[in-house]
Amino acid sequence: MLAARLGTARVRAEPLELELYAKDAGTAAGRAGLVCFPESTDEVAFVVAAAGRHGVPFVARGTGTGLAGGATPVDGSLVIALTRMNRILEVDATARVAWVEPGVINLDLSRAVAHLGLHYAPDPSSQQACTIGGNVGTNAGGPHCLASGVTSAHVLAVEVVLADGEVAMLGGLGPDAAGLDLRGIFVGSEGTMGIATKIAVRLMPDPPEIRTLLADFTLIDHAAAAVSAVIAAGIVPAAMEMMDARATRAVEDFVGAGLPRDADAVLLIEVDGLRDGVHDQTEAIVAVCQAEGARDVRVAVDAAERATLWKARKSAFGAVARIAPDYYLHDAVVPRTKLVEVVRAVYEIADRHGLICMNVFHAGDGNLHPLLVFDGREEGVWTRVHAAGDEILRACIAAGGVLSGEHGIGLEKRDAMTLCFSADDLAVQAGIRDAFDPAELANPEKILPRGSRCGELSMIPDGAWV
Amino acid sequence: MTGPFVATANQVRAARSVVAVGAGTHCDIGGAPHATAEPVHAPAGVVDIQPSDMTVTVRGATSCRDLDDALAEHAQECPLDPRDPAATVAGTLSAGLSGRRRLGLGPLRNTVLEVVLVLADGRVVRGGGPTVKNVTGYDIPRLVVGSLGTLGVIVQATLRSQPRAVVSSWFRAPGDPDRIRAGLHAPTALLVGPEEVSVLLEGIRADIDVEADRIGLVGADAPPQPDGPHRGRLSVDPSRLGAVTASLREHTDVTWLAEWGVGTVHVAAADPSGLERARTVATTHGGWLLREAGAPDLDPFGTDFPASALQRRIRRVFDPEGKLAPGRVPATEGA
Repeated sequence: MLAARLGTARVRAEPLELELYAKDAGTAAGRAGLVCFPESTDEVAFVVAAAGRHGVPFVARGTGTGLAGGATPVDGSLVIALTRMNRILEVDATARVAWVEPGVINLDLSRAVAHLGLHYAPDPSSQQACTIGGNVGTNAGGPHCLASGVTSAHVLAVEVVLADGEVAMLGGLGPDAAGLDLRGIFVGSEGTMGIATKIAVRLMPDPPEIRTLLADFTLIDHAAAAVSAVIAAGIVPAAMEMMDARATRAVEDFVGAGLPRDADAVLLIEVDGLRDGVHDQTEAIVAVCQAEGARDVRVAVDAAERATLWKARKSAFGAVARIAPDYYLHDAVVPRTKLVEVVRAVYEIADRHGLICMNVFHAGDGNLHPLLVFDGREEGVWTRVHAAGDEILRACIAAGGVLSGEHGIGLEKRDAMTLCFSADDLAVQAGIRDAFDPAELANPEKILPRGSRCGELSMIPDGAWV
Repeated sequence: MTGPFVATANQVRAARSVVAVGAGTHCDIGGAPHATAEPVHAPAGVVDIQPSDMTVTVRGATSCRDLDDALAEHAQECPLDPRDPAATVAGTLSAGLSGRRRLGLGPLRNTVLEVVLVLADGRVVRGGGPTVKNVTGYDIPRLVVGSLGTLGVIVQATLRSQPRAVVSSWFRAPGDPDRIRAGLHAPTALLVGPEEVSVLLEGIRADIDVEADRIGLVGADAPPQPDGPHRGRLSVDPSRLGAVTASLREHTDVTWLAEWGVGTVHVAAADPSGLERARTVATTHGGWLLREAGAPDLDPFGTDFPASALQRRIRRVFDPEGKLAPGRVPATEGA
């Protein structure tokens, strides 16, 4: 029936193809029942309505770069791949707004508006491959979200095919929609509230002045302290990234950006804005880093050097492949002021489980990305990886942190939600999900642990907040 | 059960219907709650300030002025910017009205990291999280901003703070606001009134002087907010503001101030009919007008809520019996 509308070329059920869509870039694998490739809102609505009539669960998918299993089909779900809906529909340079289809690649949008002196601010490390629709699903971040905010701050309106096949416009170009902020709750809902088919995003003007600094520390504790000290000095850099010793060496071996191979940690800090402010902030950051024990602070002299430093940062995950064949990338946020103790705890946990740990992360907003590196063929290693990951999450929560800063919950962290939320908190979230999708066909089994609905979580002590 | 929210929770649980009341500065927004609704109050006070994390946690009834004073000691601020600083934090969030620095500082909803709510049945639930970046679970704080007290009583909120600008200067600007906006890197506000265009620049002195000189800005006072017994705000696509303000000029009994690049137009009138005409301007241009004060016979929203059935289902999750602020929004009627 789907093939009658979309054509056989756009409805696929070959075992090999289904295998390709059985997981995202994370570790959780599922099973796709069917994969289809709609090319318009009407086609998505048709597919979703058909899935509803037959009680078939469905999952929206961009390019599958997610790491939390958000796009992993559970139990033979229908995969709705949106990669063919990849048109930039409209750019209004005066209003600084672009309408895009969900399959537009993040970096393609910034490239398409670069000649107008504009850019799309959220810049996940996967921005060359990930889609705007996927970014909306996970409320994606990136290094430059420190000052300019994550995806939710940049999405003005979303056209959504709801779980019953109806099409609704959530939010709008005007500043406020009447009633509840449905756009706000939809962003970051990981496909559990429907499928975004058209998105209006805010474009930002390119800053007139940019400075990029590389601060070199012989002790990671000092680097972490410098992060807090910069913020305490009243400066919110455009980006503030940290790489630890292992990551710095791996990257330097990989791209040769002139990073100090003997540093215990480096900070990559960028400030932008108007000339004098950027100049003052650069001087202040150099002084703060030196006061916190930096061995050297290098200020990129030109755009080429700046690009090299950013290439180094964004190559980190590629560089890891040279150390061991497999890695598990975590994502958690802790208060900036707890970075020192949490990073220490992460090393200790990895050590205890006999795993190599590297850290490359968005230090400015406390968004840790511990990377466990290993050889998956080694017997029993996955058990250790999962045990270490669980302990790392618990350490982050104990420090006042949260489960995810930008990757989402998906399948990966679904069962850890009870670490952060009481049974009552989760019952409200489950209720909102049900309000959007009473039949629970939109990306089932994601985000909320089984039994989140009212009264089903009796094993968890409630009222922890009262 | 013990703790800071027990009194509020017990009162909500016991009452047949309730309406959360703060300082009463925004209480005309939305329909008048039924007279039988019992007023409830959140506790007040700053709970925690973390300057190096740029976060602050306050109880709901803390006034925006007290929050601002507490953050000023750390050279920080939360740009809630209510019309009257006596407004409580919970009331400001609940009303959902962003201040007039929205162009540069973003909408109110971007400020809220975590909320603690007392639900209609007295349960205390938390949404969001305390860190500056967080995608753990659904973004309940954004849903709560602007919900007009219909989802729960906001008893606590954790907000993102930011460095207070060293210099904050208002200017009068010559000519076409689109051209002025294009000529400035990141103005904090660009406000257009019937007589003049005003710009707020924040940052350091040297940058502000260079920006101001380049496009011929002249130092001036902040423009007054339109004032009168009957007030409201238009929400329109900002690219329609040229046409909207041209229409508003025809109504000389309506004072107005448009936030360029944002799409909010603040309006005030001496007579309710002025607000009604401003609403017609808004709807003609695809927008709507929220009544903020006065004009008791004017519909508070004058527009259908988008996806209203969905909105009603969401409200019922928090308040199955329509117990919270009954009468304030159409979706709670007959729930």
